[in-house]
Amino acid sequence: MSNENIIECKDLNKYYSGVHALKNLSLKIKKDSVVGLIGDNGAGKSTLIKILSGAHSPDSGQIYFEGNEVKFKSTKEAMNLGIETIYQYSALIPQMSIARNIFIGREQTTFSLGSIGLMKTKSMDKAAMDALNDVELHLRSPDTPVNQLSGGERQGVVIARAMYFKSKVLILDEPTNHLSVKETNKVLRFVEGLKKQGVTSIFITHNLSHVYPIADHLCVMARGEKIADLAKEDTNIDELTDLLVNG
Amino acid sequence: MFVVIMTGFFIANENFLSARNIRIVMGITPEYIIVAIGIAILMISGEFDLSVGSVFALVPMTMVQLVHQGIPPWVAIALGLSIGIAVGFVNGFITLRFGIPSFIATLGMLYIARSLTTVATGGFPPPFPHELPNELFVFQFEVFRASLFWMLGVAFITGIMLHRSNLGNWIYSTGGDTAAASSMGIKTNNVKMFCFILCGFLAGFAGMIQTFRIEAPLPSQGYLLELESIAAAVIGGVSLFGGVGTIFGAAIGAILIRFLESGIIMARIDAEWFRAGLGSLIIISVVFNTWVVRRGENMVHKNQAEENQNSSQNNESVTESKDE
Repeated sequence: MSNENIIECKDLNKYYSGVHALKNLSLKIKKDSVVGLIGDNGAGKSTLIKILSGAHSPDSGQIYFEGNEVKFKSTKEAMNLGIETIYQYSALIPQMSIARNIFIGREQTTFSLGSIGLMKTKSMDKAAMDALNDVELHLRSPDTPVNQLSGGERQGVVIARAMYFKSKVLILDEPTNHLSVKETNKVLRFVEGLKKQGVTSIFITHNLSHVYPIADHLCVMARGEKIADLAKEDTNIDELTDLLVNG
Repeated sequence: MFVVIMTGFFIANENFLSARNIRIVMGITPEYIIVAIGIAILMISGEFDLSVGSVFALVPMTMVQLVHQGIPPWVAIALGLSIGIAVGFVNGFITLRFGIPSFIATLGMLYIARSLTTVATGGFPPPFPHELPNELFVFQFEVFRASLFWMLGVAFITGIMLHRSNLGNWIYSTGGDTAAASSMGIKTNNVKMFCFILCGFLAGFAGMIQTFRIEAPLPSQGYLLELESIAAAVIGGVSLFGGVGTIFGAAIGAILIRFLESGIIMARIDAEWFRAGLGSLIIISVVFNTWVVRRGENMVHKNQAEENQNSSQNNESVTESKDE
C-alpha cells in the first residue's frame, strides 16, 4: 500500500427523481489497498459504484483518478482507464466458454476490417488459462462453458479477466452474495492476491465478516452519507457492527 | 437422429437414397438452408423474424416486376435484395427503438410484406422474364444445382463470421445475456440490428433462388416458411432464448425437414402426414436437446455439492480462519 491516492471523490451528489441518493460524499482511496465499502441496503453503495464505474454521472462533485479530474460518459471509458466493475449477476455469459467470456468486446483479432476480424482462438485460449493461473484458479479447459462453474469460480474468472486487462482498480459489487463458505473463501483469496499484484480493490458488501479480514480500510455508509472512514488498525469489528446497525 | 430417419426411409423405399431423389431434394434444399441460417443467427442474437416467408416472396417479385418495367436485370436484382435489407432494418428499428418483442414487430411485417407482394403482382402472377440471369444461380449439374454452391458460400462466410470472428463473439454474448454484454461495452443494439438485416437479406436472396429455379414468381411463395425456418433452427440445436446454436446445426435441421418431406412421399404415405411428421420431429428433438443439457448440468451440480460437503467439515467460518 502506498500513500498515493488512486481515486479521490469530492462532494459527490446524486438525485434519482427527487430522492437524494448520495449526499456530499467525499472519499480517498489509496493505491494498492483493499477498501471495504459497507452499509445496509439503500445506503447509497450502489449509487456510488455506478458513478465510479462510469454507468451514471454525478449531479455535482468531482472525481480524480491518479490526480487528474475525470468525467466518464460510459463504462467503456472507465474500463479504458483501468477501472473495472464486477457486478454480481451480469458479468459473464453463462452459455459461452471461459476463454470467450474473458475476451468479450476485447478479442484478439487478425485480418481485421475496421473493428471486425478473425479471432486468434489459440492465443486467446492460452492467455485465458494463464490469466486464471495468475489468480490461482486452476480449471481444466478454457472451453468449459461458464454455467458449469461454481459461483466462486465464476467470480475468479471475472477477476482474472480484470487482471488480464491490467485494471488498476477493481470494484466488486457483493461478490460473495449467495456463495457457500468455501466459495466465499476462494473469492477472498482472489482479492488478497490482487493486492499483491498492485491492484486496488473496492469491495462492496453488507456482510462485514466477509470484508473485515482482508480490508485495509473500511468505509461505512448510511442514508446516502459516509458515516465512518477508518483504517483497520483504528477500529474493530464491534465498533463497525455498531455503526452498521445504529448508523 | 439424422441417421435414424434416413435409414428408416431407406428401408421403406430403397429409391429414397437414389441419385434421382437426392438430386430432387438437393435441388430445393439450398434455398431453405439459406433462410434457416439467417434465422439461426438472429435467434442466437436473441431475436426472432416471422417475416422471412413474406420477404422470400416480396424480393423476387420486386425483381421480376422491375425487369418488366425495363430496368436492367442486375440493377433489378440489387434493388430487390435491398428490399430484403430494408425490411430487416425496419424489423430491427421497430423492435429496438420501441422496445417491443421482435415476435410482434415481425408478425406485423409478415402481413405487410405478404400484402405488398400481392399488390405488386397487380392481380395475377407475372411471367418470368428470361433476361434475369437465373442459370448463374440454379444451373442443373449432374446431381446438384448451382444454388448448392451459393448456399455453401453463404454457410462458409456466415460460419466464419459467427464462429471465428469477434463479431460472432458479440452475437453470442448479446443473445446469451444482453445486460452482461452491454456492461462489457458491446453495442448490443447494433449487433441485433446487424442480425435483423442479415436475416432479411438472406431470406430475400433465398427467395430469389427459388423464383429463378421454378421460373415463376408466385405471390404465395414461402408461405409458412417462417415457422419452418424456426423449426429447422430449433431442430438443429438453436435455443429459443438466444446465445446457443450453430450454422451447421441449422443447415442440418433444414436438410432433415426436406428429407422428411421427400421420405414420406417416397414411402407412399399420404403427403398430408408431412406436417404431423415435422411436428413430431420438432418436439422430439427439443425434448432430446433439453434432456442432454439437463443431464450435463445435473452432473456438474452433483460434483459441486459433494465437493462443498467434503470441504465444509474442515472449514470454519471465514472470519476466524483469516483473523489468525
